[in-house]
Formats: sequence, structure tokens, C-alpha cells
Amino acid sequence: MADEALFLLLHNEMVSGVYKSAEHGEVENGRCITKLENMGFRVGQGLIERFTKDTARFKDELDIMKFICKDFWTTVFKKQIDNLRTNHQGIYVLQDNKFRLLTQMSAGKQYLEHASKYLAFTCGLIRGGLSNLGIKSIVTAEVSSMPACKFQVMIQKL
Amino acid sequence: MSRQTNRGTESKKMSSELFTLTYGALVTQLCKDYENDEDVNKQLDKMGYNIGVRLIEDFLARSNVGRCHDFRETADVIAKVAFKMYLGITPGITNWSPAGDEFSLILENNPLVDFVELPDNHSSLIYSNLLCGVLRGALEMVQMAVEAKFVQDTLKGDGVTEIRMRFIRRIEDNLPAGEE
Repeated sequence: MADEALFLLLHNEMVSGVYKSAEHGEVENGRCITKLENMGFRVGQGLIERFTKDTARFKDELDIMKFICKDFWTTVFKKQIDNLRTNHQGIYVLQDNKFRLLTQMSAGKQYLEHASKYLAFTCGLIRGGLSNLGIKSIVTAEVSSMPACKFQVMIQKL
Repeated sequence: MSRQTNRGTESKKMSSELFTLTYGALVTQLCKDYENDEDVNKQLDKMGYNIGVRLIEDFLARSNVGRCHDFRETADVIAKVAFKMYLGITPGITNWSPAGDEFSLILENNPLVDFVELPDNHSSLIYSNLLCGVLRGALEMVQMAVEAKFVQDTLKGDGVTEIRMRFIRRIEDNLPAGEE
């Protein structure tokens, strides 16, 4: 029953911890973002395993993406993804208009340049979840106006 | 089969697992970044402190508890309200010192260590040290300087997890220089 506030604070502390202990040059070459993304990946893998223990087999890729948008997102962020778009060729865009990890930060363009730090963990979370459902992907995020953000999932065909 | 209620408790359990798993990923990353366990312990304490100073505001806003009059009341609030609210457990309070300034929180099960095993080469790692920092930071914001440390840990083979809390002193509000 860990409260949402606790996770939010832990996440923010993790972001600032990674950046504070970053060595010279690591911030520029994106190592910090990678670290956060990798942490999210591990958590996503573990979480999806626990979560889908008893669910039925997924019919197809779209079914899995819908699961991520509805059940998975609701469990982690207490709401569903607001909009899912796809080109039916392996690219999905998940839009969250009120992303929980950004609502406390700003309501518009302020601090936009820092938003990517706070999205890296979640990108990893999605990538990790998909990975343990058998889907290899690349997940990126973009923000144009907080707290709305879009996660782009590119499925990698093996 | 009442699927509705299953989902409810399931999602509560899942969000606590999210925290547990995230904490695990954090500790793993810290162990990779810092070579020795002592540094990881210190870093966890620092991070916990930063979380604690903010968490206390969230706690006071949600719980509506009034000011505690003595350390015993503080202990009760920590165990019965705060731990319950954030981690879903109610630790026991025991081992009061004769002067009433030290007590122990006994956690039968520590949600942070679900799924965790300490490998042999990290025997001096205090895995849940974040909690000590949180307690220290939160109490400092309500004018109490305390020391919190783990004296027993289920990860190291003890039967329970025990945190020893020691009251150091009351922090007086420092008025800016020039005012009386």
C-alpha cells in the first residue's frame, strides 16, 4: 500500500541523485538518462511478471499495447493512457494528458528542458514491461507542454 | 467469482510492489556506482533525508494529527499512522529506555525487502537505510533531532527488522540575526 506520494518522492530523488553523482561529461553524453532508463527497465520487467501472472494470453501486439495503456498504466499511475495511436506497422504513440510524474512540476512550458530526465524511468518501465511480454522495442518520450506527454514505442522486429 | 474486489486489492498490492521494485533497482544501481557498502549506506541515508523533509508535509496534510507532546506520542504516530499510511505495515514499539528518549520499531515484515536477498559480498550493506534517512529528515522538520539506525535486519538472518530511534534534542527555531 505504498502511497503514490512516496513513489513520486523516491523517483524525484533518484533523478536528482543520478545527476548529482554524475561525473564530468556524463550529463552531456546521456549516461544519466541511460542509467534511469535501465532502472526503469528492471522495474518494468519485474512488475509485468507479477501483474500478468494470472491473465489470459494476449491475442496480438495491439492487445498487449492496450493492456499497457489500460491495466498497466492504471496500476502504476492510477489512470489510463488518454490516447493510443498506431500506424499498424510497429509504431505506437501513447499520450498521457496529465502525466503523474510531471503534474507537480509545471503546467505549461516552464522547466520543459528538464522534463526528459523525469521521463527516462518511465520509458524504461514501458520497455521492460514489453520485453518480458516478448516484445523488443525502443521507447522515447516527448513533451511539448507539461503535464501532457507522449511516449513513442517502436517495435523491433527480430 | 467477485473479480471486482480482486482487482482492487491486486492493484494496491501492485503499487506497493512498484515501490519495492524501484527501491531495489535504486540500491542495485548505487552498489554499481559506489565501490563500498559504507558509501551506499551513506547515500541511501542522504536520499532518505531529502525524501523525509518533503514527505512530512504530505503526511501532515493527509493525516491531520496535531502536535505531539512528547516522544512517546511521536513514536505512536510514526508506527500507527505514518508507517501504515505509506508502507501498509504497523511496526511494534518496544524497548523504551528508562529516560524515555530511545525506543525500537519492530517490523515483522519489511515491504522493502520483498524479493530481496543480500549477496555475500555486500554483508555490510544496510539495504533499507533509506528509512532511517526518511525518519531523520521528517522529524527534523518538526523540530526534533533524532538518530535512527538498524539494529536487526531480516536480510542478515535476524528474526525481525528493528530500527532504534534516539531523541537527541529539540531544535529551536533560529530567528534571523537582528530580530529578537
